[in-house]
Amino acid sequence: MPEFYFESLSAFWQMGGYALFVWLSFGSTYGLLFGLWWYSQRSQNRILQDLAKKQSREQRVRAQQQQEEEANESKT
Amino acid sequence: MFKWLDPYAKPETLYRICGLWFPWLMTLAVLTLLLGTVWGLGFTPADYQQGDSYRIIHIHVPAAIWSMGAYSSMAIAAFIALVWQIKVAQWAVGAIAPIGAVYTLIALLTGMAWGKPMWGTWWVWDARLTSELILLFLYLGVIALSGAFADRQMGAKASALLAVVGVVNLPIIHFSVEWWNTLHQGATITKFAKPSIDPSMLWPLLLSILGFALLLAALTCLRLRTAILLNEQHRPWVRALAQQSDQKGNVPQTNAGRTV
Amino acid sequence: MVMFKAAFVREWRLLARQKADWLNPLMFFVIVLTLFPLGIGAKPNLLAEIAPGIIWIAALLSVLLGAERLFKEDFRQGTLEQLVAADEPLFAYVLAKITSSWCSTALPLLFISPLIALLLGLNAAAWQAIVLSLLLGTPLLNLLAALGAALTLSADKGGILLALLILPLYIPLLIFASAAVDNATLGLDYSAQLAVLAAMLCLAAALVPLAVLKALRLNVG
Repeated sequence: MPEFYFESLSAFWQMGGYALFVWLSFGSTYGLLFGLWWYSQRSQNRILQDLAKKQSREQRVRAQQQQEEEANESKT
Repeated sequence: MFKWLDPYAKPETLYRICGLWFPWLMTLAVLTLLLGTVWGLGFTPADYQQGDSYRIIHIHVPAAIWSMGAYSSMAIAAFIALVWQIKVAQWAVGAIAPIGAVYTLIALLTGMAWGKPMWGTWWVWDARLTSELILLFLYLGVIALSGAFADRQMGAKASALLAVVGVVNLPIIHFSVEWWNTLHQGATITKFAKPSIDPSMLWPLLLSILGFALLLAALTCLRLRTAILLNEQHRPWVRALAQQSDQKGNVPQTNAGRTV
Repeated sequence: MVMFKAAFVREWRLLARQKADWLNPLMFFVIVLTLFPLGIGAKPNLLAEIAPGIIWIAALLSVLLGAERLFKEDFRQGTLEQLVAADEPLFAYVLAKITSSWCSTALPLLFISPLIALLLGLNAAAWQAIVLSLLLGTPLLNLLAALGAALTLSADKGGILLALLILPLYIPLLIFASAAVDNATLGLDYSAQLAVLAAMLCLAAALVPLAVLKALRLNVG
């Protein structure tokens, strides 16, 4: 089992003087990866909702048309 | 010969399979990445030359490896799409390209952040960094081309063709950049690129490499699902799926995050 | 072969009629070359040092400039559609297009290369290297430009996209061609670089026309 290398947590944050570079790269990496995942997940979630909305709109339009046709037929 | 692969080429089947695999792959990827990062950041000794700055290796190397791995898998998918006219493979090209581009960007950014303390400047025209930059351009070209057509199918086909052309060019570009680099400057800076690495440092690195691979697979599954739905939206099975989700998910869309 | 000749003759007629198609890239090349000394400074040593890179970047851009229109007109008129439908002569057509575009954009560069060498203060050996590298390198430029033009033929914003796709693929060519000229200005042997250029040209000549064909079918079909 490997041991914690740094003497204290503050030493860990300082990274032996390289804090800026180490945390910059880890931060940007995880930021980018998270952003990619979030974006992909959002578009996946949205597409089914959009398709459902589109279909229900189509259905409503169709029902409306049917009603109008029936109304016309009953008039004549 | 490819008979046994045939059922997987059916969009509906592939959609289900990707949906089954995605949660597992994603969980595994997050776990390995977390473990690799924590281990690499806190539980390995510092390098005797580079101090703690070498810890960037735990994301730089995996990202660089899989930026090329993603390009080759994208090119293989593109080749399959062009030769056997399999539509799913075409869509896979568009699904992988942004992931590869992000990996390449990560490799570049971390390479720069590592270069500053080691070489004294943010950017050096080192052969590896330069070819990585060109790889990013190739990715951006594929992404731009796939979005440039009014007809989505045409964009997918054209970008598949470009991906195949790019993969033929990639080794040529790589070797010419390497040759150019040795011509222009000494090989002093590449000494850190192939370090004889201590086993205590190797294990977290291998874990991160595995984690990046799993994440690539997971995100490909996720994005491929979206692409399948987008391209098959007029098919009955997608319509049924959309209706189902409409009946189920009339709850306000607050937890858009974790639902798979 | 007959088809190739017919298509080639047709291209020449078109070029003779539309002189701007091949004159403009040439003028662009010369103007870009004059801009560099004005921007960087005209010290002879400096010029000779940067000349190989400048010449090759200018050549690359001027070929790219004319590339977008390579298939555009035929596509708009429907000629291309007919050719794709007829299937057989398309390959000859593609070859004729690439050769004639090379003749119209790259050959003039060769003719004015002595002038370029004078402008940038290069000696005779360097001029020779320029000619040889242009001779081997520019067909490659035209091949890849044709590929880009075919890929983006029916895209919405073809022009800038074409540059985006093709410029990264030009990098090996740029490296070796300017290295050949560089070596020549230093009085070194540059046959190795020329051999690499020739190898890349052979590879591209074998593979690129097929990709162009595929891309054309895709965009038209």
